Amino acid sequence: MAVGVTLAVAAPAYAGTLLPERGGSPNADRTASLYTVVLVLAGIVFVGVVAALGYALWRYHERRNKVAAQIHGHTRLEIGWTLAATALIVFLAVFSLTKLASIDDPDTAAASPAAVQAGIVKPGEGQSLNIDVVGMQYVWLYRYPGGAYSYTEMVAPTGVTVKLNITSQDVAHSWWIPKLGGKFDAIPGYTHQTWFRITKPGVYRGQCAELCGRNHANMLAQVRAVPPDEYVAWIQRQKQQLAAAEAARKRDAAKFESQQGAG
Amino acid sequence: MAIIEGTATRPAVSPPTIKTDRMTRPRRPAWVEWVTTTDHKRIGILYLATAIAFFLVGGVEALMMRTQLSRPGNDVLTPEIYNQVLTMHGTTMVFLFLMPLWAGFANYFVPLQVGARDMAFPRMNALSYWLFLAGGVVFYATLFFSPPEAGWTAYTPLSTGPYIPGNGTDAWIFLIHLTGTSSILGAINITVTISNMRARGMGWGRVPLFCWSLVAQAIMILLTLPVVAAAVTMMLTDRHFGTCFFEPTCGGSAMLYQHLFWFFGHPEVYIMILPAFGAISEILPVFARKPIFGYKAIAASSVGIAFLSMLVWAHHMFATPMATAALAFFMLSSMLIAIPTGVKILNWVATLFHGSINASTPLYFAAGFLVLFTLGGITGVMLAIFPIDRQVHDTYFVVAHFHFVLVAGSVSAVMAALYYWFPKMTGRRLNETLGKWSFWLQFIGFLGTFLIQHSLGLSGMPRRIYTYGSDMGWGTDNLISTIGSYILGIGVVLTVINVLWTLSRRRAPRVGPDPWRGNTLEWLTPSPPPAHNFDVVPVVRSLEPMKDARRRVAELTERETETVSVR
Repeated sequence: MAVGVTLAVAAPAYAGTLLPERGGSPNADRTASLYTVVLVLAGIVFVGVVAALGYALWRYHERRNKVAAQIHGHTRLEIGWTLAATALIVFLAVFSLTKLASIDDPDTAAASPAAVQAGIVKPGEGQSLNIDVVGMQYVWLYRYPGGAYSYTEMVAPTGVTVKLNITSQDVAHSWWIPKLGGKFDAIPGYTHQTWFRITKPGVYRGQCAELCGRNHANMLAQVRAVPPDEYVAWIQRQKQQLAAAEAARKRDAAKFESQQGAG
Repeated sequence: MAIIEGTATRPAVSPPTIKTDRMTRPRRPAWVEWVTTTDHKRIGILYLATAIAFFLVGGVEALMMRTQLSRPGNDVLTPEIYNQVLTMHGTTMVFLFLMPLWAGFANYFVPLQVGARDMAFPRMNALSYWLFLAGGVVFYATLFFSPPEAGWTAYTPLSTGPYIPGNGTDAWIFLIHLTGTSSILGAINITVTISNMRARGMGWGRVPLFCWSLVAQAIMILLTLPVVAAAVTMMLTDRHFGTCFFEPTCGGSAMLYQHLFWFFGHPEVYIMILPAFGAISEILPVFARKPIFGYKAIAASSVGIAFLSMLVWAHHMFATPMATAALAFFMLSSMLIAIPTGVKILNWVATLFHGSINASTPLYFAAGFLVLFTLGGITGVMLAIFPIDRQVHDTYFVVAHFHFVLVAGSVSAVMAALYYWFPKMTGRRLNETLGKWSFWLQFIGFLGTFLIQHSLGLSGMPRRIYTYGSDMGWGTDNLISTIGSYILGIGVVLTVINVLWTLSRRRAPRVGPDPWRGNTLEWLTPSPPPAHNFDVVPVVRSLEPMKDARRRVAELTERETETVSVR
C-alpha cells in the first residue's frame, strides 16, 4: 500500500526515475500505466520477501534461538505458496494481455479537422500518415509520402496517427523515441511497424538502441511535431530544396566526373 | 585428523576413519604435477584460480567503462576501444569467469559430495580445463591484434559484414568453440559422476542440492551449447567462405542468428545461476543449523527451470519484427519461470525460520544474495511483459537487471561458496573480519552501481553507448553508478587479499575436517582431502550424512563416559 501511495504522489515528479518516459503518444502513456501497476505489485512482493528474510535473520539468530527446529518442509504451505505465485503470474499475464491491443494497434480515431483540411489524410476513422524509417550507420533517413525525405530529424504533424515502416540498409539498429512508445528494431531484410500520435507540438528525442558500430552513441533521432499546416508547408519546402539540390547535382555531375578522372 | 576447531565442532570428537598405507609415487617438480594432474581437486583449483584471474581482468574492464561514463562527453576511451572493452567484459564474465568458476567448484566438490574417489573421466576432466584455458588465451591474444567489438552477442550483420576491421570476431568464435567444448565435456563428466558414482545408500532423494543443480545445468549445457557452436560456425563460414546464412544482401536472415544465439543465450543465464542456487541451498541449512526446507521442491524446481529455460529465448528479441502470437507465447513462458524461481526463494527464507543462525561470512553473502537476487528476479518478470520490455530493452534498465541476477546473484553465491568451501580446499579458514568488510563493501557498492541504472534506463539511456551529451541529464546518475562500481571493486579486492593473505600465513591455525558443522560428505574427509578423497566411503542413510555421523559419534562418546563413570 505504502508503495502505491508513494508512487501515486510521486509519479509526475519521478517519471524517468521510477517510471518509463511518457507524455508524447498514447502508446507510451499506456505502457507507463501498465508499468506502474506491475511496479506496485512487484514492490509488494519484494518488500514482503525482504521483510520475512530480515525478520528470520534477526529473530532466529543463534543469540535469540539456541536450538534449531528440525523441520524438513510443510507440504500444504509449499503447495499454497506455489499456487499463490501462480495466481499472481496469471493475473499479471491476463492484465498485460488486455492492455496489449491499445498499445500495439495504431490509434484508429479520425485525424484532427486541421489535418484533414491540410490534406494530410482523408476524413474518417482508420486513416494514417505513413513514413518510412531507414537506419544506416550512423543516421536515420525518413521518407515521406510524395517523395520528400529528411535525415535525423523527422517532422510529423500533430493530431494524426503516424505509422512507421522501419528497416535498415546495413546492420541492425533500433528505432526509439522514449516518449513516443517502445523501441522497434530496424533489421536489414525485414520491415517493422509501429505508430505514434502526438497532440502537443514539440521536439521528442531519442537515439539508436542497438549496438551498430563505433558511432552507435551518436546515432541520434528526433521527431519534431508541428501543426498540420506547418507540416504541409515544410514538406513543400523540403521538396523544392531537394529538387534544387538534384538539379545542381545533375548540372555539376559532368564536371565532377572529369575531375575524378583527372585525380 | 586430531586437530579440530573447538568452537565449530564438538570437542575431541571426529568422524571415524581408517588409516591405510598410501601409494608412493616418484616425486616430480610441482609445476609438472599441476600441469599433468588428473585429480579432480587439483583441476578444480586450476579452474577456480584461472576463473578468478579472468574475473579480475573483466572487473578492470568494467571499471574502465564506468570511468568513461562517469561524466557526459568524457574521452577516456575512444569509441573503438569502448566497444572492444564492452565486448571483452561481457565475454570474459560469461565464458571465462562464471561458467568455468562453477565448473571449478563442481569439479572439486561433486566427487566429494557424492562419496566418489574422482570424476568418472579424469583425463577428459583435465582436457576440459585445458580447452577452457586455450579459449581464454586465444581470446585475450587479440589484445595484440584487433579485439572483437560487436558485443558478447555478436549480432549479425555487424559481426559478419564489412563493418568492423580486423579479425577479432574470429577469435571470439574460437573462444565459443573452445570453451563450449570444454563445458560440454565437463557436463558429461558431471552427469556421469553424479549418476553412477554415488556412495552406497545415496538414492536420488539424498543427492545434495548442489549436485542436483549441476545435473540440471548439465542438461542445459548439453542441449544448448551445440546450438551456439553451430551458429558461430555458420558465422565463421559467412565471414570467410562466402556462405549466406545471416547475410541479408544475398538471401540470409539476420534474425536467424538472433534466434540461434538466444536459444543458447537464455539457458546460458541459468547455466550461470543454477549452480549458485545449489550453493545457496547447501550453505543456508548449515548456518541455520536446520535441514533445507522443501528439498524435493528445490530439486524439482531446478529441473523445472532447466526445462522452461529452453522455451523463453525470444524474450531477448521483443523489439524485433515477430508475430504477436509469438510475442505472447514468449511472454507467458518467461513469466512461468518466475514460479519455480519464486518457490526456491520462499523455501530458502523458510529454511532460516526457526533455525539457530550462525552469522558467519558465508551466511552474510547468502543473505545478500537473497535480497538482491529477489529484486533481479522481479525486474525479470517486468521485462517478460513485452510492451514494457520494448521501453526498457537494450537500456541501462536491462543492464541493471542482469547484473542483479548475475553479479548480485551468481557472484554473491560465488563469494558465499568461496568462504564456505575454502577451509575444505586449503585447511585454513578465511579471515572473518575481512570477509564481512568485503561483504558490506560489495553489497553497498553493488546497490550504488546498479540500482540507479534502472532509472537511467527508464529515462532513455541505451546500453553500449560510449558517451552521452550533457543535455540528456544522465550525468549525476552515471557518476553515482561509477562511484558505486569502485566501492564494489574494493570489496572484491578485499576478498582476493583475504585469500592471498590466508594462503601466505604458513603457520596459521588449521581447521579440522568439519569446521562449519556441515551436512554433506565432503566434510567427512580431512581438509584438504587426500588424493583418494576417502579412506572408507561411508554408507549414506539420509540427506545429511554428516549430521548422522556426528550423532553416532556423540552417542558412542556418551556411552563411553557413562561406562567410565560407573567404574
